Amino acid sequence: MPAITLTRLAEILARHQDDVLRDWTTQQLKSATRRSDLLNESDLRENSRQFLAAFTAALQRAKGDDITGSDWADVREILTSISGSRATRGFTPSETAMFVFSLKEPVFDRLRHEIKDVQPLAEEIWGTTTILDKLGLLTTEVYQRARESVIKRQQEDLIELSTPVVKLWDGILAVPLIGTLDSARTQVVMENLLQQIVDTGSGLAIIDITGVPTVDTLVAQHLLKTVAAARLMGADCIISGVRPQIAQTIVHLGVNLGDVITKPTLALALALAFKRTGVVVSRNAALTAQV
Amino acid sequence: MDRIPILKMGEFLLVTIQVDMHDRLAMTLQDDLMEAIRARAARGVLIDISALEIVDSFIGRMLGNIAAMSRVLDAETVVTGMRPAVAITLVELGMSLPGVRTALDVEKGMELIRTSTRLLEGDDRRAQG
Repeated sequence: MPAITLTRLAEILARHQDDVLRDWTTQQLKSATRRSDLLNESDLRENSRQFLAAFTAALQRAKGDDITGSDWADVREILTSISGSRATRGFTPSETAMFVFSLKEPVFDRLRHEIKDVQPLAEEIWGTTTILDKLGLLTTEVYQRARESVIKRQQEDLIELSTPVVKLWDGILAVPLIGTLDSARTQVVMENLLQQIVDTGSGLAIIDITGVPTVDTLVAQHLLKTVAAARLMGADCIISGVRPQIAQTIVHLGVNLGDVITKPTLALALALAFKRTGVVVSRNAALTAQV
Repeated sequence: MDRIPILKMGEFLLVTIQVDMHDRLAMTLQDDLMEAIRARAARGVLIDISALEIVDSFIGRMLGNIAAMSRVLDAETVVTGMRPAVAITLVELGMSLPGVRTALDVEKGMELIRTSTRLLEGDDRRAQG
């Protein structure tokens, strides 16, 4: 198959750019997939105008239909910014891609009007459709990338939010873990905890797993690694909040927690930590009576 | 050739590692330390590695070996001030150094080594009496 040449299209578009733009915007404004709630009319007109101008210019420069070349850099840039902004505004992928695909109708109309012979018309339409499809797919790719970056940012936020290290008492830290533990999260927990141990000079850390729904071999291994690293730095760890169900799972899995101290509740772990550091908590009978 | 200085503090020896350890330096330290324990009849060795930023499995093994060897010579070893990154590296290398005592800083390490040798002396006295 010979390389697609779109000289006619380029020339026709250059001549009738204003007409095509008018038809295209009118059609987009009428279209069922228009999201007037997300994008106002002036933005839509501006987007269309920019894209069509860049598209026409690129067609005049470009030799083939390879949209990855430098001739198409402007078009790609405009499309990237349009799809990116639409993705963050909440458009669906098809609505975003329709922006490009909807250009077909006014362009084909114009081509039919200008080229009377069937054979060249068919070739020109085929060329146009190929190139617009490629550009349409590009918008979808960009859309997906924009969405992925949103998801990634949220994941990072989640990791940061869910791994606080709190100081319970002088020399006693606590890490209340909530949610499923995976390698990435445990790494963050471990780094946070060890850094806090250095910063606060705490000799005891309580890792509370009350909020961890399941403990499998991997999670147990992660916990043991954290405990081992803390011990190397000179801090002891107590694992608290081991629910009966989890105790059973750990034994059934054959996980050996070694000499790690475990406690069923955070309160018991804190009591042990107080005992280790020589803190005595006592109830003042006189004060209790007043309350 | 450079050596790591070994300081005497009462009946304990203090070693602070301030430079990046390479293998030969580690071996020299190990030899010197054993000599010093014997020559000065030291009861404890405190190794401060708070300035050490990079460890490999060799250095990790050396720390374990020093602890085991000193124990044979009747001296307790405490490693102090290990950085988080170093601790993570050693754990990832599978070296959790089970025979080595650790403390957060030199002060806490001194305290630990004092209490543990005092306990041992208590045992000795009971054994003698």
